[in-house]
Amino acid sequence: MDYVRTDGLSKKFNKYAVKDASITLQQGKIYGLLGPNGSGKSTLMKMVAGLFHPTGGSIQIMGRPASYKSKEFVSFMPTESYFYNYMDIKTVGKYHSDFYKDFDAAEFDSLISFMQLEPKMKISSLSSGMAAKLKLAAAMARNAKIFMLDEPLNGIDLVARDLVLSSIIRKAGPDNVMLISSHLIDAMEGILDEVIFIKEGEIVLSGEAEGIREKHNKSIVDLYKEVFA
Amino acid sequence: MNYDSSTPIYLQVIDSIKKQIVTGRLPPGEKLPSTRELALEYGVNPNTAARIYREMEAQQLCFTKRGLGTFVTESEEMAIMLKKEMAQSVISRFFEEMKELGYNKQDMINAINEKE
Repeated sequence: MDYVRTDGLSKKFNKYAVKDASITLQQGKIYGLLGPNGSGKSTLMKMVAGLFHPTGGSIQIMGRPASYKSKEFVSFMPTESYFYNYMDIKTVGKYHSDFYKDFDAAEFDSLISFMQLEPKMKISSLSSGMAAKLKLAAAMARNAKIFMLDEPLNGIDLVARDLVLSSIIRKAGPDNVMLISSHLIDAMEGILDEVIFIKEGEIVLSGEAEGIREKHNKSIVDLYKEVFA
Repeated sequence: MNYDSSTPIYLQVIDSIKKQIVTGRLPPGEKLPSTRELALEYGVNPNTAARIYREMEAQQLCFTKRGLGTFVTESEEMAIMLKKEMAQSVISRFFEEMKELGYNKQDMINAINEKE
């Protein structure tokens, strides 16, 4: 089933940030939304998450036009850190479970320890890497249908990178879909089913990752360099 | 595991498992990890992991017992055959590169004999 479908989706600020983007996300797959900074990845995700109103085009979520109701299906992790400084990690968990009925507190605890964080750590004392891991744990603790992670490797060092990728692999299942944006293509390449290349707001290439590797006889990284150079 | 850029990832993982079968680290009949464990171990997508077992099953390298998991084939000859097959492919690569350097077969044999 198509969990997310956009048709001719556009967002114009001063100029077009996303233009005529049509994508389909099927359940059970991990999609990479790949493009350099400023290519429209976050804008596209924020429209699907219901945080930006599209200038044009349409969005279907779980077979219905997107509305405030579709937020219950969508777990969106933005690039910005959005936690209050006075909270500790445990409180962040409670805060999220008040907001989302599909928030799994036990899963959050297990993700926190998997990410090598402590429940009593204060938000104000977290390093940027720790804050990034907490943000991911909060997003992944939901039993959502659609996960959208905006740059989950930002601020994550090489060692923690495997933890982040593993937590994504652990969560991916036949009953959800993941859309992950990144400009760190080499790190993401192994875990993606499908790739979507976005350039200056437009979708320039999309398809099955292994199929693309076979067809072009080169890695996604090399193809990326070719498309965006 | 670091993946070579242009070969499909599932084939690279299959090669790595084949090597473990050849060296006996995965003996005949041994239980293989679940697809999710395999995905985590190699850092690959869960669907890729499932495809790896499907392909390996098609090549009769492993078999699935419903509800129990996936196992290395019990055929002892398989490891021997795989070893031969992998050796052949190493030799072909060697041949190609030596030919590029201007060696003929006899030159290659001489070079191998000179090597300790």
